[in-house]
Parts: sequence; C-alpha cells; structure tokens
Amino acid sequence: MPRFRTSYLVAASLAFFLLIFLVVPVGKVIYVAFQDSSTGAFTLVNFVDFFKTSLFRESFFNSLYVAGMSVLGATIFAVPLAYFTTRFNFGGSILIQTLGIIPLIMPPFVGAVAMQLFFGTNGSVNLLLDQWFGINIPFMKGLNGVILVESIHYFPFILINLSAALNNIDRSMEEAAQNLGSSGMSLFRKIVFPLAMPGYLAGAALVFLKAFDDLGTPLLLNVNNMLAPQAYLRITSIGISDPMGYVISVILVVFSLFALWGSMLASKGKDYSGGGKGTSGLLKRDLHGWEKFGAYCLVIFLLLLVLSPHISLVLLSLGTIWSYSVLPDGYTFAHYAEVFGTTREYITNTLLYAGLAAGFDVVFSVAIAYIVLRTKVIGRQWLDYIATGALAIPGVVLGIGYLRTFNDFNVPIIDKPLASWWVIIVIALAIRRLPYALRACVAALHQVSISLEEASENLGAGKTTTVRKITVPLMAGGIVAGFVTSFATAAVELSATLMLVTSESDAPLAYGIYVFMQSASGRGPGAALGLIAVVVVAVGSYLAHHFIERNKRMQMSATGN
Amino acid sequence: MVFSGCSRVMLSRLALSAGLLTFLALPAQALENQLTVVTSFPKDLTNEFKQAFEKKYPDIKVEMLKKKTTAGVKYIQETVSNNTSDLFWASAPDAFEVLKEDGLLEKYTVKATGIPDVVGSYPINDPDGYYKGFAASGYGMMWNTRYLKAKKIPAPKEWNDLAKAVYHGHTGMSAPSRSGTTHLTVETILQGENWDNGWKLMKEIAGNFSTVTERSFGVPDGVNSGQFGVGIVIDFFGLSSQASGFPVEFIYPTVTTLVPANIAIIKNSPHPEAAAAFIEYLLSEEGQVMLLDPKIRRLPVRPETYSQAPDDFPNPFTDQSIGAKVQFDVLKSKSRYNLVNAMFDVMITYRLDDLRKATKAVQDAEEAMGDKNNAQAAALIAEAKALIAQLPIDEAQSLDKDFAGIFKKKRKKATDKVTGRQAEVEQKWDAMVKKNYAKATELAKKAKAML
Repeated sequence: MPRFRTSYLVAASLAFFLLIFLVVPVGKVIYVAFQDSSTGAFTLVNFVDFFKTSLFRESFFNSLYVAGMSVLGATIFAVPLAYFTTRFNFGGSILIQTLGIIPLIMPPFVGAVAMQLFFGTNGSVNLLLDQWFGINIPFMKGLNGVILVESIHYFPFILINLSAALNNIDRSMEEAAQNLGSSGMSLFRKIVFPLAMPGYLAGAALVFLKAFDDLGTPLLLNVNNMLAPQAYLRITSIGISDPMGYVISVILVVFSLFALWGSMLASKGKDYSGGGKGTSGLLKRDLHGWEKFGAYCLVIFLLLLVLSPHISLVLLSLGTIWSYSVLPDGYTFAHYAEVFGTTREYITNTLLYAGLAAGFDVVFSVAIAYIVLRTKVIGRQWLDYIATGALAIPGVVLGIGYLRTFNDFNVPIIDKPLASWWVIIVIALAIRRLPYALRACVAALHQVSISLEEASENLGAGKTTTVRKITVPLMAGGIVAGFVTSFATAAVELSATLMLVTSESDAPLAYGIYVFMQSASGRGPGAALGLIAVVVVAVGSYLAHHFIERNKRMQMSATGN
Repeated sequence: MVFSGCSRVMLSRLALSAGLLTFLALPAQALENQLTVVTSFPKDLTNEFKQAFEKKYPDIKVEMLKKKTTAGVKYIQETVSNNTSDLFWASAPDAFEVLKEDGLLEKYTVKATGIPDVVGSYPINDPDGYYKGFAASGYGMMWNTRYLKAKKIPAPKEWNDLAKAVYHGHTGMSAPSRSGTTHLTVETILQGENWDNGWKLMKEIAGNFSTVTERSFGVPDGVNSGQFGVGIVIDFFGLSSQASGFPVEFIYPTVTTLVPANIAIIKNSPHPEAAAAFIEYLLSEEGQVMLLDPKIRRLPVRPETYSQAPDDFPNPFTDQSIGAKVQFDVLKSKSRYNLVNAMFDVMITYRLDDLRKATKAVQDAEEAMGDKNNAQAAALIAEAKALIAQLPIDEAQSLDKDFAGIFKKKRKKATDKVTGRQAEVEQKWDAMVKKNYAKATELAKKAKAML
C-alpha cells in the first residue's frame, strides 16, 4: 500500500507544520481564555461573561452584519469586472484584472489617510458635494463606512477566484448547451453560473471571513463596536491582563470555522468539474457598438470607484500639504527623493518575504486541497479547517505567540533565536496568508475532473506523475490566483511583522511606512513608500497574469484548440 | 574551491564562537560595539541621537528598533529569556511601570548632575531608580485653521471651551487605555478638579467628540487632514505639524499638564556599558540641547538648557502656569491606573454614539431654553445632565486596593487569588451607562418639547 502510506505521510507532515507554527504558538497565547483568572484552573466562565455582556453581543451582531453586507458589496463590484473580462474579447483584459487586484494592496496607515482625505466627512468628495449641493454623505462613518471600505478592499478575492473559475470552464459544456438551443441568460444561468460557483464561493467565503475578522478597517474608522477591534484593543492595552481579548479571539476562530463549514455544505454533493482538458476556457464573444460602449463605461466607472483610494494615495505622495481641501495645495517630487535612499533594502526584503511566503502557501495549499478532496485520510478536513482558522487570528497574537514559542529555540549554525531570525517573518506571513491560497486551490481542484486523473493512472502513470503532469497543470489558474492574493496581501502586512522585526536591515516596506507615519512630516514620504509597495506588487501580479495567459495560449496551440 | 569556501565559513564561525567565549571572560567595555534600543519615538528624534551618539562613540553601532509602545512592551516581555535589547526608550510612564513590575528593568544611577527632581509637579525620575525622565511635554489643543474658518467656529482657549455646544462633533482625542500620555492628562484633570467634577468635565468634552482615536498620533493626523477640527494633543504633535506646513495652530490652556518621556536599561542587557553611555549622553548638556530642534521639540529636563532656546519656547522651570497648578499624586495615579482606563472606555470610548446623542439632546434643549423661564424644563435638563455625569463608582472605591486589583491582576504565583472579574464589573457599568444615556436623551428631548 505505498500510495496509502504516502498520503498519510504528507498529511502528517502538513499537520505537524501547522501544529508547530500555528496551533502551539496561538495556543500559548490564548489559553488564558479558558483559565479562571483567580485560581488558574480551567473554566468556561469567561465565555459566559462574553454572552452576558451587551457590548459584546452587539459587537458580534455588528461584525456579522458587516461581513454579510460586505459580501454583497464585493459581489456588485466583482461580478461585472470578472464577467466582461472573461466572456468577451475585451481590450485590456489583463490590465483590468491587474488593476482589479490593487485594492487588496492597502498599505498600512497611508491607505487610511488617503481614504479619509478622499471619502471622509471633510474629504474631497464631501467638500465638492457641499460646495455644489450643500450636502454631506457620511461614507466613512459607522458600520456603513466599514462595509464600503471592506467591499472595496476585499472584492478582488471574488474577482480573482471567479475569473479563474470562469476561465476554467470547459468550452465543450457551453458548446453542448448551445447546440441544444440554450443561449443568453438561460445559458448563463444554467451553465456558466453553476460551473463558476466554486470560484465565486471561494471568493465570497474569503470576503465574508475577512470582513468578519478584519481589524484594520474598523480601527481606521474608529469603530469599536465590532468583535475584532474589541479583541485587539483589549489585547494591546498596556498592563491589562483581562482575558476577554483572548476570549473574543477564540470566538472569532470558532465562528469563522463554522461559517467555512457552512459554505462547504452549500457546495457539497455537486460536481463542478469539466470532463475536458480544462485548458480551453469559455468561448469569447465580440462586443459591438453600444454594447461595447456600455460595457466600457461600466468597467471604467467601477475601476475608478474601487481605485479611488489609490488615486488619492498618488496625490498624497506628490502633494505638498493636503488639508481640508479638494486637492493638495501644490505638487512636488521631494517625498520620493526622501525615501529613495532607504527603499532599496525595504523593497528587496518585501519581495523576498512576500514571494517566499506566497510560494510556500501555494505548495502547501495544493497539498492540502489534494489530501482533502482526493484521499481518504482520516480527519483530512481538519487540515483545511485549521489552516483557514489562521484567518481569524489577529496578527499581534501570532507575533506574541512566535516570540513566546521560538525565542528559546536557537537555530543551529547561525546561533540566533529562531524568533529573531528573518525567516520567522516569512513563516508568519505564510501562515497568515495561507487561507487565501488555500481557498483558491480548493476551488480549482473542485473544477478538475477526477476521471482525467483516473485515466492517467489507468495508462500506467504513478500517483506522483499524475499529480505533477495532470492535476497541478489543470489547477494552474487557481494556483496563480492563490499566489497573487497571498503575495499582494503579505507585501503590506504589518501587525505580526512589527512584533517580529529585530533589526532595521531585516525590515519590509510596511515597517518603513510605519516609521514614517509616526510624525507629521512623514506623511508624504510614507505615502510615497506606500505607492512604491503598490507598484511593486502590481507589477508582480501583472507578470503572473501575463505568464498564465501566455502559458494557456501555448497549451491551446499545442493541443490544436 | 566550493569546499574550501565552506570550510572558511566554518572556520570564521569557530573563531567567532571562540571570540564569544573570550568576550565573556573579558571586562565588558572593551568589546561593547553595539547598542540595541527599542523605541516608540519617530525617526526625526531617533536618527538625530543615533548619529550624534555614534559620532561621539565611533566604536558603538546603534540599532534603533522601532515598535509601538504596546508592541515594544510585549516584545521585551516575550524575549526576556534570550534578551538582545539594551534600552527601552519611550514616552508613556505606564509602559515602564509594567516592565518594572515584571522585573524586566535594571536599576541605574545617573552620573550626570544638575537635573532637578520635578518638572512642573511631576517627578522626573522613577523614585525606585529604574527609569529616568529625559524630557517633558505639555498637553494642549491643536486646531485646523481652515476647518474652523470654513465652519465658523472660534479657536478654543481653555479645556472648558471644548464642552461648549459649538464644538459638537468637531473634536477628537485618544483613549487613555491606548496612550499613556493621554492617561496622564485624564488623571490630572481628575486630580485637579476632583473625581466627580473631573469626570463630569471629561464627559462633557467627550460628548462633543467626533472620534476617539486608536493611537495617540491619530489625533494630530485627523486634525492635519481636516477630518475633525480640534484635537487634544501633546505639544510636539501640534508644533511639529505646524512646522511641517499644515494649517494648524497649538496652544497650552492656562492649566496644562506635563508628562515626562523616559529611558531605562533592560534587564540582562547584552551591552550595559554602552546603554549607560547613551543615557548619560541623553542627559548631558549636549544631548539636552538637541531636544530644542524644531523637528524634535521637547522640553529639556536640564534648566540651564533653556538659555539656548528660542524666545517663545516654554520653560516649565520658570513659568508656573505649565504643569504646576495640580499637585500630581503619583501613587494615587498608579493605584487606579487600569481602573481609570477601563472607566473611560466603558463610559466614553465604547458608548461614544450614545453619549454624543445624549449630549446633543441636552445642548439642543439648553439652546431652546435660552433666557426663557420654565422651571419644569430646567429641572428635566438638570436631571438629564446628572444622569450623564453619574459614575458607577465613587473616588473612595477607585482607591480601594481590592477593587482596583480586579483590573490589574496578574497572578505571579499559582497560589495568588483575586476575586471578581473585570468583565463582570465592566458589564455592570456598561448596563448602567447605557441606560443613563438613553434616559438622559429622552428627558432632554421632553424638555425641549416643552419650550
């Protein structure tokens, strides 16, 4: 039974890794949630406290509401962009796909400032509205503000995963439907939509979980009555050892897993796989006249809307002073000159860390997806659950956990604690962004028909050969989607990084932005650095898309399609 | 070739280990060539000192490790077993208190002389000798001139101004639980005005807040962008924003509070000699003068340094209005530190919407009242105001050791026992506060309807 043994071996090593770098460090921090603070004994009284406190109950429902509405908002942004760029011969598809990823790259602090300067109570939009119509729309206030920002920020999850799924639909299915007389809406409803479902669900689940667990956006809007900020504010207050912050973290994890389980049930028992070679993609149609004009208008409008924070960031990085006015007072390149000397190291570190972390994430995700969907390893679902649970762990908790767990472990040869070696930052980033790649890869594998693998094995190929030559290439779209999301978001991560950076020469861009954004004079240079981060990541993503498109074309011509 | 390259690396590593061994045997100062400072200060400040210090001690390379105060404390706590940091350099005295209580700081006696014991009424150094003040800062108000002009709002002069209806929705501040310096301001108001009146004033001011920011720099950031008009900030935030060109102004109100900025050697510091040299440099005439730099701009703790300051530079050693009015009781402050933070969060930060609504209703009713004579409405307004001001505990309870202990418990030994849970207490407070604010809103609306 060599095959049987291999899958157990792989599953065991994956589990071991997750145990060491996720479960144990996090457990070492949040165990206090289960501890009676006066005696140290095991207790659930803290959870009783949680449900008894009206503030926490309110926070819970607020988080739930925000997460649900954000999925709706993100869907509205993502579906037209994904649909037009994959179904039609649309000039600039790759460019639109790449621009569509940018909202995901929101550099810490400067992203917030840029957003407030544009959408805030006294931001550009409201100043103009006030000037013209005498009205003020509170885009950035309260829960609705959080929903708007979350939708803009995370809709790329749906865009990327849905596009990958649409591209992966077997053309023969569509052709068969057309031959049987189906077209237009009914074709979309009966064929395209159901077959793209795994991709959409993967993206929507990510948006839901991320909006539910997200800390940055509520903090930026100073909305406290949600679960993640409640946990964070309590954990990071100096000298307070109240366990409630950790109790909330546990609740976030449990609920996230519950939601994930729910989304899995929804897609259970359905077969989304195509029988063909999976490389063909949908038949692309040409748009004519008004159709084309309308589609371009919609796409451009959506792009302008979702990119407005970044347009604002460009202005901020080039502006002299921008305060209570529609546009900056003047423009200068001085901020770029100021950061120029320091950025090289930051950029190299960022590319290295985010690249390694994302590369690691896709390898890991393919392995987990394969174990979960293609083997009968007992308890295989738990690999998926645990890895996805990382989404709900605040970065600061993971950071503290790593310091606590690995500070006494000296790495051989370099003789330094693992906690202060730069590799630990890579691991932290990889663990934090693993859920993104994982959802993408699971969705991709859902679309691959098992019969192709069976055929390969019937023809005498070994399991390893089949995985390498059949499964992985057929999952390529999902793998790239996973890589891009992990890479883009890891490049601007700060909370765990700030805890783990032990010397300036090891620091990534996000840390540099933090250092600038501590003083009033650092706003311009911070924005310049933030924009550099965005450009670097966008170029990386563009290359990834370009690579996959070219690969696909080559494959197509090779198979005579 | 490759092989020999490898072995050369091995050899150098061996030599390095041998060096480490001899290092342990030799007196420390000869080999101290490095200094790691964990700091929350901006790079305008740290870079200047790093360069000046490295120039004076060319053998020592300084690494400034920038972390938010909270992250810095956690970092030092978690890396204690394998400590690589030498100094902790930050504002918030509470962060130093936490490290001190955990036994993570090293005592150090300053060699420099000529530094008084107090600045304003706040003691400069830790009485137990663990951390040292090297500069002070005063609290005040900064405002965005464009904002105030556009909204036709007068510039504030005193703290009480911020309680006026004209500032409703236009002000901001950080929470004391998020910023040690903000905590000192709140505590100074509580000590200066007494517990009940202090909280009353604090809530009247807070009822006008547009926001309570999550970090202290969020306040100048918000004023600079014009997100809100007026912010309660530490002086250098306001003045450095002005120096960077933002259309903002800053003043000290007549009663201002002074807060120190500190430095301490971390326990088991790998380079204690270099660390000591850095502290001495910071407190020397040379180091203190650097604080006057407009980009740094903090108040030196050495009185004679002020002779080199520009004319309009405030001098807390001669100007009695800065920080001297309130006799600051450090022990009182310390004993109820977390309790005051928790009260502020429960009554203000987490219930800001409710508080704001109640305050607005009262302000509307008072405006409708004007000079009218309506005893019934006046009684309703007074009742509403009393409900907003009502506190869940009195001052005596805030100073009760057992009660304050609920907010501070840290079991050192398995046998330590603390009764009561913070969540339990907060939940009671929250219920009361929420009910009071709702009731106050209702009463004030009723009063307005009568007028």
